[in-house]
Amino acid sequence: MNSAEVVARLQQVSLRYADKLAVDQVSLEIPARQMVGMIGPDGVGKSSLLALIAGARQIQQGQVDVLGGDMASSRHRRQVCPHIAYMPQGLGKNLYPTLSVFENLDFFGRLFGQDRAEREARIDELLRSTGMAAFRERPAGKLSGGMKQKLGLCCALIHDPDLLILDEPTTGVDPLSRNQFWELIARIRQQRPHMSVLVATAYMEEAERFDHLLAINDGQLLAAGSPAELRQRTACATLEEAFIALLPEARRRNHQALHIPPRTQHDAAAQIAIEARELTCRFGDFVAVDRVNFRIERGEIFGFLGSNGCGKSTTMKMLTGLLPASSGEAFLFGQAIDPHDMATRRRVGYMSQAFSLYSELSVRQNLELHARLFHLPAAQIAGRVAEMVERFDLAEVLDSLPDSLPLGLRQRLSLAVAVIHQPEILILDEPTSGVDPVARDGFWQLMIDLSRRDGVTIFISTHFMNEAQRCDRISLMHAGKVLDSDTPAGLMAKRGLPSLEATFVAYLQEAVGSPPAPTDNPATPASPRPSAASPRFSLLRLFSYAWREALELRRDLLRGSMALFGTVLLLFIIGYGISLDVEDLSFAVLDRDQSGSSQQYLLNLVGSRYFIERPPLHDYAELERRMRSGEISLAVEIPPNFARDLKRGASPQVAMWIDGAMPTRAETIKGYVQGMHQSYLQELARQSSQASAALPVNLEVRYRYNPDVESLKAMVPAVIPLLLMLIPAMLTALGVVREKELGSIINLYVTPVTRLEFLLGKQLPYVALGMLSFLLLVLLAVGVFDVPLKGSPATLLLGGLLYIFCATGLGLLMSTFTRSQIAAVFGTAIATLVPAIQFAGLIYPVSSLEGFGALIGHLYPTSHFLVISRGTFSKALQLSDLYPQFLALLLTIPLLTLLSARLLKKQEV
Amino acid sequence: MLSNIFQLGLKELRSLQRDYALLLLILWAFSLGVYTAASSMPESLHHASIAVVDEDRSALSQRLVDAFQEPYFRTPQRIDLAEMDRGMDGGRYTFTLNIPANFQRDVLAGRRPAVQLNVDATQVSQAFTGAGYIQSIGLAEVSEFLQHYRGTPAQAAELQVKVSFNPNLTRAWFGSVMEVINQITMLSIILTGAALIREREHGTVEHLLVMPVTPLEIMLAKVWSMGLVVLLATALSLLLVVQGWLQVPIHGSLLLFLGATALHLFATTSMGIFFGTVARSMPQLGLLIILVLIPLQILSGGTTPRESMPELVQQLMLAAPTTHFVSLAQAILYRGAGLSIVWPQLLAIIVIGSLFFLAALLRFRKTLAQMA
Repeated sequence: MNSAEVVARLQQVSLRYADKLAVDQVSLEIPARQMVGMIGPDGVGKSSLLALIAGARQIQQGQVDVLGGDMASSRHRRQVCPHIAYMPQGLGKNLYPTLSVFENLDFFGRLFGQDRAEREARIDELLRSTGMAAFRERPAGKLSGGMKQKLGLCCALIHDPDLLILDEPTTGVDPLSRNQFWELIARIRQQRPHMSVLVATAYMEEAERFDHLLAINDGQLLAAGSPAELRQRTACATLEEAFIALLPEARRRNHQALHIPPRTQHDAAAQIAIEARELTCRFGDFVAVDRVNFRIERGEIFGFLGSNGCGKSTTMKMLTGLLPASSGEAFLFGQAIDPHDMATRRRVGYMSQAFSLYSELSVRQNLELHARLFHLPAAQIAGRVAEMVERFDLAEVLDSLPDSLPLGLRQRLSLAVAVIHQPEILILDEPTSGVDPVARDGFWQLMIDLSRRDGVTIFISTHFMNEAQRCDRISLMHAGKVLDSDTPAGLMAKRGLPSLEATFVAYLQEAVGSPPAPTDNPATPASPRPSAASPRFSLLRLFSYAWREALELRRDLLRGSMALFGTVLLLFIIGYGISLDVEDLSFAVLDRDQSGSSQQYLLNLVGSRYFIERPPLHDYAELERRMRSGEISLAVEIPPNFARDLKRGASPQVAMWIDGAMPTRAETIKGYVQGMHQSYLQELARQSSQASAALPVNLEVRYRYNPDVESLKAMVPAVIPLLLMLIPAMLTALGVVREKELGSIINLYVTPVTRLEFLLGKQLPYVALGMLSFLLLVLLAVGVFDVPLKGSPATLLLGGLLYIFCATGLGLLMSTFTRSQIAAVFGTAIATLVPAIQFAGLIYPVSSLEGFGALIGHLYPTSHFLVISRGTFSKALQLSDLYPQFLALLLTIPLLTLLSARLLKKQEV
Repeated sequence: MLSNIFQLGLKELRSLQRDYALLLLILWAFSLGVYTAASSMPESLHHASIAVVDEDRSALSQRLVDAFQEPYFRTPQRIDLAEMDRGMDGGRYTFTLNIPANFQRDVLAGRRPAVQLNVDATQVSQAFTGAGYIQSIGLAEVSEFLQHYRGTPAQAAELQVKVSFNPNLTRAWFGSVMEVINQITMLSIILTGAALIREREHGTVEHLLVMPVTPLEIMLAKVWSMGLVVLLATALSLLLVVQGWLQVPIHGSLLLFLGATALHLFATTSMGIFFGTVARSMPQLGLLIILVLIPLQILSGGTTPRESMPELVQQLMLAAPTTHFVSLAQAILYRGAGLSIVWPQLLAIIVIGSLFFLAALLRFRKTLAQMA
């Protein structure tokens, strides 16, 4: 093949995750202008290869050339990125669930630099040709699986790619939608013949239609060629068999053609295991399951087929008691289902659609935990676990964590867990979605054993037609209703169609109404634009991220309002709560003199607003006890003969005990009582007119900026910086990490958006939200707390704006090295709470700090804004007075942004 | 029932065991976190910045300036009048002292000259105490100076101030234990709340519910397992970090305190579960926790004295378990109080804990139904 016909070429490519080799020295070529399929079991490196070709994953070893250039070069990646479209695995993983269909498409259009008119035209056309025009305004999260994949495809096609990479686009999608999906691709290829398509799939029937196939196993290329060639080479009738024949001996050994023995007891008196009568489930107005009826005999394998979101899972959940039925009844062994009845739960095994075992527990621990929770007798647990391990062939992975296992093995584990307590009924919700053919056959062998040997009733839902064919009976479901139930052969006979797939599609089309109209020759897309390399920095892309983030923020009203009103609430709490005026201190007196003089001495204390008198003390033991209990924080002892000694000039000694448990409070009390003692002495001196005792100097204390030393007025301007740090930083950090956790970060990897555009785009909406709460806080401070704003509001606002950029920038920085949302919450809390509260000068001035704390105190943005805030609020300072602080903030912003951009990865590593 | 609770709790512990990031955080919170919080907390008057405008330049004024010393004050800076305002505006000086011309002469002549002390009252923590210190230092110096010239009589009455439980008023004693308390509350709430959200996000709650376990069992399992982790961390932190590293003497019974902590954990873990049922996603939980933790930390009496808060806040905060916990912790650990003294607080914690537990259980049952 010469290079003109090859769209991508891999040479000696290897990829390693931790200690696992995912791709092992693979060399292959992807022919251009063809539909190329990648087939192979799970976890053999198909997705890794696709991600490498798309440029989403960093190349570790080997050479990857795509569209005539080296993908290791970031320059080439930036150049070809607009010509590649990549749709990752998983339903709608790169979509934004709260955005509507139109908004999702619009976002991608903007990322590729299309202007408004072009976007509108393209979106209209794409929606029309995919039959999604009616769902334009529906949020992506509310679409069915098939529709999500179509939307994903539209998003991938919006920029006319030359290379379209689809990673298992139809996994978990029902046959009808699957058909429509491939028809759509075929139409697009007709219009754009120069486009190459690369698809990974687990469905062999689909692979049959491709031009060229690459069979992958264990990180290596097994064979390449057209489907016909592969079949010929292995002398097999179907591609599924051909693939199995291609597998190395070791993997093939355990595989044998599945044989389903007929059910033995088939008399009419057979016991009914599961029965549904008019079973209905409504969520609000939406009827998820609409008067469903069926009876399943003991030992039967009963299949449930239907499009995505047709109510299969809901029906299953009602049968397990997870969801209450809105009306109708369901019976297990003739007994109505009672969700609170623990006894029936022991007779049922359930496997939900998503893998839901504990990923933090090893295989063995998972099995043991479930055995114990189902109360198997302790003596039997070890034996039962061993039996499961043997039967499900888990011995080799006994101490592994489930996440490290390939999907097929994980599903086997799920099934083992579901049957560990020997249930009589098994309810399995799409247990084989995304599992490769060999593993699926193994799985079915286990189920057939359970059904035929142990008489377990199995109720299973699936999208695979060959699996449906193996069921004793199947029900076809659509939009909450059961269309028909019969044996597979019976259903095909009713329609007179040769295959179950065709039968099913026929049923569905009848239910939907008219067949989905493949639209009238969609107009050819706008002529391909000159392929200029995307600019290094584009405001349009930046704003498209900002616009999208803002939309998402607006949709999650709870988050936004919690952020706004939370800050306000905290201002109130902290403003009133951090009161450094110590008041209402309780004290008691041990007066051993009981004279007029002692009364007079105490007068100052009793009359003070700082102190509250408690019943007098009688002895030291009482003093000790009451102070220990915290009832009094100050005890005063007047010595016997106080009055006499005073008159004699014998300097009687008054003793005071202060509760030192709380040092701040003790310090303040000490100050108060010393002051009082002084003033008593002065009073005394005045009375006896001893001039010499008067104070020699007159110390005038002037409290500036806050003459009444009111905590509140001093605290409010200081708390505002604190709040503006905590919440915007947390929100921004989560905004980015959320994309990482949910998968949409992939759009950063595969679209022309640069790291800087991405970061700034994500930051802007949070800056706006931060400014909004800042304004609210300032208004509250002035209006409600009566804190005078003596300086210029413009200076304060400008400082606030710079500061919020710093706070959100700090959040971005935190997000670059955390992966999970929990870690981001913790990390940001640690990076903001401690420095902002303790080192930034909120309570203790920065100048009084020492060591590490002082260093942080001098660098941290909160310290600078604190000076600006206090300066403008209390000291009437101007921009010219505060320029060092403004300068510091101005420098911090680009520093944080560039550091984040440096640390953020543009490719997955 | 008991076996289920035990098994599910073990599962929680095993999950935690694999979450290295979380373990590291717990370790940090109870060791370095406590240590830095305790050791970086400055004494009320520490390194206070002071500047002096000395227009007298006499022996007495020099003596005054020299009296302000570390560690209470930074070495005083001599400045002129113009610089005074600028320095205070920029927050460089918290205190400035203005000694007028002819100060010494006037003092000796008994004319009581006025010395002006300017205090930056926005620095609330230092303003008041610092002014008091400066006043008494100033007076003492002047009196001593005068005594040198002519004998002044002794004071008419003397005041002897004794500080119980913490004679030197070392901040670290207070700071360390309060930080441990903050960590107890924060971790127990976050651990249970996040564990619940994680089960929900990973779909494992649904899995639990098809098994013969009740919501009560699921909840109790989380309460005992996470409570145990925090209790253990607390004991180690008090023994190794507070007593060992920071050398804080603990007067009372550690056992009684740990018993009280166990009760407190019952209340806070229930709160955590409650929040886990209210929040729908991790970001919401994160915000919620911040919104709850900050008031709990600031208003429980661990940061500033309860007596000086507004009446309404004091009353409201009686509903928070931390308020009672902080008060009994101070009584037990600093003042060596026994059960006979702290039983009212213990009772309050039990009552509040039970209410939270019941509320959480009701909500948990309800949300479980929605989750499935």
